[in-house]
Amino acid sequence: MLAQLGLGIFALTFLLALFSVGAAVAGYFSKSDRWVETARLAMLLTFPLITVGVATLIYLLVTGHYELQYVYSVTSNEMPFYLKITALWGGQAGSLVLWSWLMSAFASAVTLRKWERDRELLPWVIAVTSVTLAFFLALSIFYENPFARWWQTSGGDIVARMFAPAGALPLIPSDGQGLNPLLRHPGMIIHPPMLYLGFVAFVIPFAFAMAALVTGRSDDRWIRLTRRWTLVAWVFLSLGLVLGMRWAYDVLGWGGYWAWDPVEIAALMPWLTGTAFLHSVMIQEKRGMFKQWNMLLIILTYALVIFGTFLTRSGVLSSVHAFSESAIGPMFFVFIGVTFVTSVALLIYRWKDLKAEVEMHSLFSREALFLLNNLLFMGVLIVCFWGVIFPLISELVTGQKVTVGPPFYIRANGPLFGALLALMGIAPLSAWGRSTYKTLGRALWKPSIPTVIVPIVLAILGVRNWVALVGFTLVAFVIFVTLYEFWRAFRKSNLEITKRTQWIVIALLILVTIGFAAWALIDPANWLTPFVSMILTYFMVAIWMLARRNPRRYGGYLIHLSMVVMAIGILGMQVYQTTTQKTLAVGQNIQLAGYTLRYDSLAQFPYTDGRIVTRAVMSVYRGGQYLGNLYPRYDNYPDGQPVTIAGVRSTLSDDLYVVLVNWENVSEAQAPFKVYHNPLINWLWIGSLMFIFGFLVAAWPVSEKENDEGKNES
Amino acid sequence: MTQEPTNVAAPKRGVPLWVQILVWIGLLGLLGLLAAGLLKAKNPIMAVRSSVPDFTVPLFSGYEYNTASEVKLSELKGKVVLVNFWASWCQPCRTEAADLESAWQSYAEKGQVVFLGVDYVDTEPEARSYMTDFNISYPNGPDMGTRISQIFNRNLGVPETYIIDQEGILRFIQIGPFQSVAEIQSVIDPLLAGR
Amino acid sequence: MKAKTILLVSGAFLVLTVALFLTRKVSAQAPTPSDDQVNAIASQLFCPVCENTPLDVCPTTACHQWRELIRQMLAEGKSPAAIKQYFVDYYGARVLSEPPVTGINWLVYIVPPVAFIAGATLLFLAFRTWRRMGKEPAAGSASSSPASNDGSSPVTGSGNVLDDQYVARIEEELKKRK
Repeated sequence: MLAQLGLGIFALTFLLALFSVGAAVAGYFSKSDRWVETARLAMLLTFPLITVGVATLIYLLVTGHYELQYVYSVTSNEMPFYLKITALWGGQAGSLVLWSWLMSAFASAVTLRKWERDRELLPWVIAVTSVTLAFFLALSIFYENPFARWWQTSGGDIVARMFAPAGALPLIPSDGQGLNPLLRHPGMIIHPPMLYLGFVAFVIPFAFAMAALVTGRSDDRWIRLTRRWTLVAWVFLSLGLVLGMRWAYDVLGWGGYWAWDPVEIAALMPWLTGTAFLHSVMIQEKRGMFKQWNMLLIILTYALVIFGTFLTRSGVLSSVHAFSESAIGPMFFVFIGVTFVTSVALLIYRWKDLKAEVEMHSLFSREALFLLNNLLFMGVLIVCFWGVIFPLISELVTGQKVTVGPPFYIRANGPLFGALLALMGIAPLSAWGRSTYKTLGRALWKPSIPTVIVPIVLAILGVRNWVALVGFTLVAFVIFVTLYEFWRAFRKSNLEITKRTQWIVIALLILVTIGFAAWALIDPANWLTPFVSMILTYFMVAIWMLARRNPRRYGGYLIHLSMVVMAIGILGMQVYQTTTQKTLAVGQNIQLAGYTLRYDSLAQFPYTDGRIVTRAVMSVYRGGQYLGNLYPRYDNYPDGQPVTIAGVRSTLSDDLYVVLVNWENVSEAQAPFKVYHNPLINWLWIGSLMFIFGFLVAAWPVSEKENDEGKNES
Repeated sequence: MTQEPTNVAAPKRGVPLWVQILVWIGLLGLLGLLAAGLLKAKNPIMAVRSSVPDFTVPLFSGYEYNTASEVKLSELKGKVVLVNFWASWCQPCRTEAADLESAWQSYAEKGQVVFLGVDYVDTEPEARSYMTDFNISYPNGPDMGTRISQIFNRNLGVPETYIIDQEGILRFIQIGPFQSVAEIQSVIDPLLAGR
Repeated sequence: MKAKTILLVSGAFLVLTVALFLTRKVSAQAPTPSDDQVNAIASQLFCPVCENTPLDVCPTTACHQWRELIRQMLAEGKSPAAIKQYFVDYYGARVLSEPPVTGINWLVYIVPPVAFIAGATLLFLAFRTWRRMGKEPAAGSASSSPASNDGSSPVTGSGNVLDDQYVARIEEELKKRK
C-alpha cells in the first residue's frame, strides 16, 4: 500500500513539475504575473511532495519490506539502522530519487528568494529547474521504479513489477541481499550525496544563465545572483571527489586513491569546467568581459553533469563503479541531446549581444592570466573527455576494444597541472587591467627569492627526480606567494574586531591548545602530529581574522593553499610510491623503504553481522626500533565481494599500507602480503580539510561592519 | 549599463556561419557517437537469424580439426556449427563440459556437425588441464585477441553457446550452461533435419 | 659376465646421478620469479574480465592465472617486452594500459595536443586583436600609472581612465546590491 502511495506521489510531483514548466513559459509569453506565480507555487509544492515520497521509501527500507525489489537488493535484516537509511542511495533507483529530491530542494530555495528586480528571469529559472526535475522523476517512475514489487508469474518466473502481471502471486522474501559491502564504508556513505549536491547545485547557475539568454539580459546579473550557488556546487563536487578518493584508498586495497577510471573521470569533468567557470566569472564581474565564454562554460558544466550521469548509468562504458545496466540510457540520451542543442542554439542566437564592455589590455593582466587558467582547464578536460570517449570510437570503427589507462592521463595532464600550479602563484600578484610585465615582475621578485632556494635545498637533500623538483618548487612558490599576500594584508590592516569576536577567538584558542595537548599526552610517541596540527590551527584562526576583510579574496587564497597542500600528497604518491609483495611464513619479514614488517599470526573469526574476518598481525620495525602492530584484514560477507581493509600506519611523512592479499591463497602458515609505501599521502587529506576551511571563509556571510572594505574589493 | 568613456567596444558580430556549421557538426557527431555506443550497449548480443561474419579459430595442438591447425567458419558451410565459449576459471562451464563432450560423441561420426570450443581469456596450461579433465575431444582453440567473442557478444560471460546452421546463419543462443545432452541435441537435431 | 653387469649398472647409476645433478642445477639456475617481478609486468596490463583494474590488484581467478603465466614465462627467461607482446597477441590490444600507436589509435595521441594548441593559438590571436583595439583609444593615459598590483586598495586616487572605470563599476555594483 505504501509503495503505491510513494509512486503515486512521484507521479503527482512529475505532473506538477511539468505543469510548472508550462505555466512558467505561458506566463513569460503572455506577460502574466499570475501564471508565473502559479508556476512558482507549483515548483514550491514539489518539495514537500517528494519529501513525503522519500520518507515513504526510507520507511520501507528501514522496516524491511523485502517484497520490494529495491529494498530487497540494498538492505538486509542484520544491517544496522543507519545503513538502512543510507541504502537510499545504495542503488540506481534510490540514487535517482535522491537526485530528484535535492533538485527540488535547491529549486525551491531559489524560487523562495525575493525576485522584485529580477522578475523577468523567474519564469525561465523555474522552467529549467522544473524540466530537469521532471526528467529525473520520469526516470524513477518509468524506468527505475524504487517501489517495484516481486511477483511470481504463473510460469514460475520471478519478476519485479509495480502492478501484478496476470495470474501472478506476490512474493515476500524474509531477508534481503544487503548493501554491497564495499559501500558500507563511511566514505562511501557521504561520497554520493556530496557529488549529487555538487551536480544538482550546478543546475541553478545554469538555469539563471539560460534565463538570461532567453530574456536577452546581457549584464552579469545572473552571475551575481548565483555566485554563492556556484561556490557551493563547486565545493560539494570537490568534497565528493575527495571522499571518493578516500574511500578508494581505504576499501579497495589498491594502495592508491585515483585510478583514472572512466567513472571517476566522469565526475571530474564537470569539476574542471566548474573550476574554470568559478575563475572566469570573476573577470566578467570585474571587467565585463568573456560573457560568451562564461555562458559556454556553464552550459558545458551542466551538459557534463548529465553526461557523466549518463555514462555511468547507461552501460555505454563498463567500469568497476558502473551501475548495472539499465533501460534509462535512451531517455538520458534524448535529454542530453535536447538540452545541449537548445542551450548551444540559444547561445549562438544571443552571441552578438554578449560582447565585452571592456577590451583586453595586457597579456600580463589578471584577466589574461585567468584566461590562460581557463585554457589549461580546457586542456585537461579535452584529455579526459577524449580518453573516456576514445575506446567507444575505437570499438565502433574497428570492432576492437582498447584501454586508455592511467599512463595516458598522467603523461598528458601532468604538465597541464604543473602549469596550473605556476599560474596559481603568478595570478594573485597580477592586477586587473593594464598590468605590464614590469609591474608583474616587481610583485613577483620577493616571493621568488625563497622559491629559488627550494630546488637547491631539495637537490642537496638528494632529490634527483625532476618531476619532484619542479613540482615541489611550484608548490613552494604558490605557498610563498599566498603567505606574502597575507603578510601584505596583515601589514596594511588595522584589525578592528568587536569585543565579542575577540573573546570568542581567545576562548577558541585556549580550547584548541588544551585539545592538542591532550592528544599529545595520550600518544606521546607521535607528538609531532598534534603539534603541527596545533600550529596549523593557530595559523588558520589568524587567517580567518585577516580574511574577514575580503572573504572572497582570502578564502580563494586559502583554497589555493589547500590545493597545493593536496599537490604535495599527489606528488609524493606519483613520484615516490613503492610497493612489494611476498608470501610469508609466520616469523618471516618483508622489507620496504626502511621498514621491516614481521608476520606474527593470522586469525579468522566471525563478526556479529555475519561476515567472517581474516586478520593478520604484523609488527613493524624501523632501524631495529619497534613501531607498533598493523592488522591487515579482509572481510568475507555471506554473499558479495570480500572487502580488503589495509593495515595502515599513518604519519605526516608517509603511510605504510599493508594488504593481506586475499586473491592469493591465504593460510596461517603462508600468507601473501602486499606492502605499499606511500610518501606524503596524508597531505592530500590535510589539504582537503584546509579546503573546507577555505570555503567556509569564502562563503561565510560577513556582517555589515566587518565588510566595509570587503565590499569595495570583492 | 557601465559607462565607457574611452573604450569603444568592438562592433557587434554574431557567430560566423562557418563556426556555426562546425559547432553543429561537432555536436551532432558527438551525439551520433553516443547513439551508436548506446545501441551497442543495448543490444550487446548478435541477433538470432543474422548471418555470422567469418572468423578463424587457431586450434590447440592435440585439438585440431581434421589435422588442420586452424579453422575458418566459412570452410564449415553445409555443417551445423556449435560455438561454445568457456574458460578454465569458470565454474558453471564445468557443469556442462561432460554433456558437451557426450553430445559431440553422438554427432562426430556422421560429420554433419562441428563443435568448436573457444577458450575465452584463459591461459593455455590451465585450459589444457581442463580439457584433459573432461576428456574433451572436439576442436578447441583460444579466443585470440578476444576477437571472436566480440563478434557474438560485447559483454561476453562464460559459458555461452552459439549454434549456426548450414548456411552460416545464427539460429540459437544459450547464455549459461546447458543442463543435459538432450537439451543440446534438441537444438541441433531440427537443424540437421533442415528445419 | 657378472663384472660386466656390475659395471653396466654402476655406469647407468653414474649417468643417472649426473643427469639428476644436472637437472637440479638447471632448476636451481632459474628460481621462481618473485611476486615483485611478476607485479612489475602485471601492473601494466589490464585483464578483460575486470575492466579498468590493473592485473596486479585484480582478484578474479582469471587474473590469478594470468599472473601465474607471467611467472612461468619469466622463469623460462622471457623478457618483459616479450611477455607483454604475448599477451597482446593472445588477448588483443585492450590488455595494454594505452592503445598501441597503430591505425586509428593515432588519434588518441594526436587529438588532445592538436586541440590544445589550436585553443592556445586562438587565444593568442584574440589577445593580439584585443590589444590593438585596446591601445588606440586609451593610448594617452595608459603609460601614466599602471594599475596598482595590490588588489586591496585600487580604488583610491590616481584618476586614470582605468580607475575611473573601476569606480564606475563598483558604484554600479553597490547599486545592484541594494
